[in-house]
Amino acid sequence: MRRTYADLHLCADSDDSERVSSAIGKASRLGYGLVGVPFPTKCADAQFDRVRKICEEAGMELASRVDLRPGTPEELINGLRKFRRRLDVVAVLCESKSVARQAARDRRVDLLNFPQVDFRRRFFDAAEAELASSSLAAFEIDVKPLLVLEGAARIRLLSSLRREVETAKEFHVPIVVSSGVSDELLMRKPSELAALTSLFDLDGTPARDAVSKNPVAIVKRNREKLGSGFVAPGIRVVRRGKDC
Amino acid sequence: MKRRYLALAIESSEMIRADEFVDAVWGAVSKMFGECGASQTSLSLISFDEQKSFAVMRAAHTAIEMVRAALATMTKIGNKPVAVHVLRVSGTIKALYRKTKP
Repeated sequence: MRRTYADLHLCADSDDSERVSSAIGKASRLGYGLVGVPFPTKCADAQFDRVRKICEEAGMELASRVDLRPGTPEELINGLRKFRRRLDVVAVLCESKSVARQAARDRRVDLLNFPQVDFRRRFFDAAEAELASSSLAAFEIDVKPLLVLEGAARIRLLSSLRREVETAKEFHVPIVVSSGVSDELLMRKPSELAALTSLFDLDGTPARDAVSKNPVAIVKRNREKLGSGFVAPGIRVVRRGKDC
Repeated sequence: MKRRYLALAIESSEMIRADEFVDAVWGAVSKMFGECGASQTSLSLISFDEQKSFAVMRAAHTAIEMVRAALATMTKIGNKPVAVHVLRVSGTIKALYRKTKP
């Protein structure tokens, strides 16, 4: 079966219809079947609908996404309470250890993201991976810094990513590779994203899964949960009525 | 030694010359894998079409992933912003041209 490729972090400005339309069109030409566009926390339903329509016209699926950037675990819990039932994907940028740990153990979090250049605040270690493996969170890697950084900063980033990928593999935490770009010239094909992951020792099938199977599974699982018939994982309402 | 041929599309708002392109590719490969790594790729430019921004390169088949990764990291040629996309990889030039529309 043909793979559906997904970029869950296409940072197109959802306020600007023209730029969103252009970015989504390009994603379609590059071979993606699903894109995740982050929406601001104060976003009207009309904005979702407009972007969804653009995606439909381009023959793509849209996953609505929110990037939470909480300062404390309490802020994270409040954010999850507010957004979990509204959006397909919830990503958390973990800027402190307490937030990272809370995000890893909370089953409502889909993606764990870490600061890209502040290497002291990349908290994806064995403890974090163990918590994430028992919840549903995946480890998200944005490739944008690999394209824009140079020299020592890129070397340090590759070194961190290599260590983190090794940890994720050890604890069976799914890895999701996204672009994280807003500039169209920095958008890459799914096969190119997979090739870039070979720089931090993620090769072959796991690399392709990181741009297809893993992100698609997250969106599918959440859509199922957001559906009206969902009761619990594996249980859903098939029919309602007096004769049931 | 087995070789692979890569059809490349160069995306840029400005015209790119063949020599600039080759220098930039070697620069990207050696920046990412060092001179020793670059020497293992056996890269060479087979053809370059400035008008269509289309290039064909040859590389050792064992180094294809290295070349793909290095090409993906290219964001500039000189001061011109670019993106280089691999359209197709093939074992022979004939098959590459047959399957690729520049």
